[in-house]
Amino acid sequence: MSATTDTGTSTRRKSIQRWGGLLLATVVWWALYLLNQPFWDWLVGRVFGLDLTSRLGSGVNFFFLDTVKILLLLAGIIFIVTVLRSFMSVERTRALLGGKREGIGNVLAASLGVVTPFCSCSAVPAFIGFVASGIPLGVTMSFLIASPLVNEVAIALLLGLFGIGPTLLYVSAGLVIAILAGFIIGRFKLERWVEPFVFETKLRGKIIDSTAGLTWDDRIQMGIEEVASILRKIWPYLLVGIGLGAAIHGWAPQDFFARYAGADNPFAVLIAVLVGIPLYSNAAGILPLIDALYAKGMPMGTLLAFMMATVALSLPEMILLRRVLKPKLIAVFVSVTAVGIIGVGYLFNAIL
Amino acid sequence: MNIKILGSGCANCINLEKAAKQAASDLGIDATFEKVTDYADIASYGIMRTPGLVVDEQVLLSGRVPTAAQVKELLAPLLG
Repeated sequence: MSATTDTGTSTRRKSIQRWGGLLLATVVWWALYLLNQPFWDWLVGRVFGLDLTSRLGSGVNFFFLDTVKILLLLAGIIFIVTVLRSFMSVERTRALLGGKREGIGNVLAASLGVVTPFCSCSAVPAFIGFVASGIPLGVTMSFLIASPLVNEVAIALLLGLFGIGPTLLYVSAGLVIAILAGFIIGRFKLERWVEPFVFETKLRGKIIDSTAGLTWDDRIQMGIEEVASILRKIWPYLLVGIGLGAAIHGWAPQDFFARYAGADNPFAVLIAVLVGIPLYSNAAGILPLIDALYAKGMPMGTLLAFMMATVALSLPEMILLRRVLKPKLIAVFVSVTAVGIIGVGYLFNAIL
Repeated sequence: MNIKILGSGCANCINLEKAAKQAASDLGIDATFEKVTDYADIASYGIMRTPGLVVDEQVLLSGRVPTAAQVKELLAPLLG
């Protein structure tokens, strides 16, 4: 009897520790976020005596302010997203997509692409797993396009830097592109441009759900590990991005970008997307730049198109997908997605 | 016991292999280790997120890197 009481008390104590710890972390996070701007204004402006409206002063201030702000946003959002996503899995997504017709299947696949925990390093086994289990090629592509295109790092940063409006535009644009691109690829019946071994792969063994049986402690632990692992991976991009952003912020003439890449330049979106495709970065490196360019008068549509082209289409991912897709299909995938992104860019420039 | 580590050589696979080797030696299991890097083979186990851990052709884990202690818990029931 005493044994059961002991386990009861210790479970209760553990759960108080867990939720108490989370609450404390939230309070600390909020305090740091609120104190960020006053602190750097004070340190750069008062202690180091730089004029915050001068080039050097505003550049230096922007660099530190944005670094801390972006790190805080990333840590917070990645943690929340990872914990929420631990309730989803690629296995469950595939089960949900099984037997769905094209059309509704594309919509579902794109939406699931946003919420399923997935990294592009698993794109190939997931592709084989989907197609070999009978999910149509177009539906699979909707999933594979949405997953990197609408990503949590970009959502975190857009939300923090530009607010809810541009974030919702970004998410819905990404979904529409993924749905349409997958649908078009499905319509053209491009299965012949998939490496034949994919269709010959026999799925054996019992399928285990990679997130089954997790406790809250596991999920929180996963969240912390994911924050650490993403920050470890992206900090060089982040520093380069913020550094460039700070340079633009402090030194570029006020209307430089507005003049050359403003809304009235019909080629701006096209060029932004073409430059963005081969460029391999992630949202963390691109968004500080976008923040600075936006402040210098570049329109949001062009900037979002540039970011989407950079994060959704990249050379390393194409090389990876070459294992399962023939070059022609990769070309179709890239062009259909690129056209979608360009369209979204012009649309946003026109309506915003 | 035959232990397979499924994955295309990413950092996660190396970490998983470390954890599995640690667990096997802690339990005193005489295990042969094998790396499966071919995507068709990986997918044929039904694994869609690397890394994967397969013991005697049975998938025990996929999509995350466990600690050695967690692998021990997975391996222990297979010993009986």
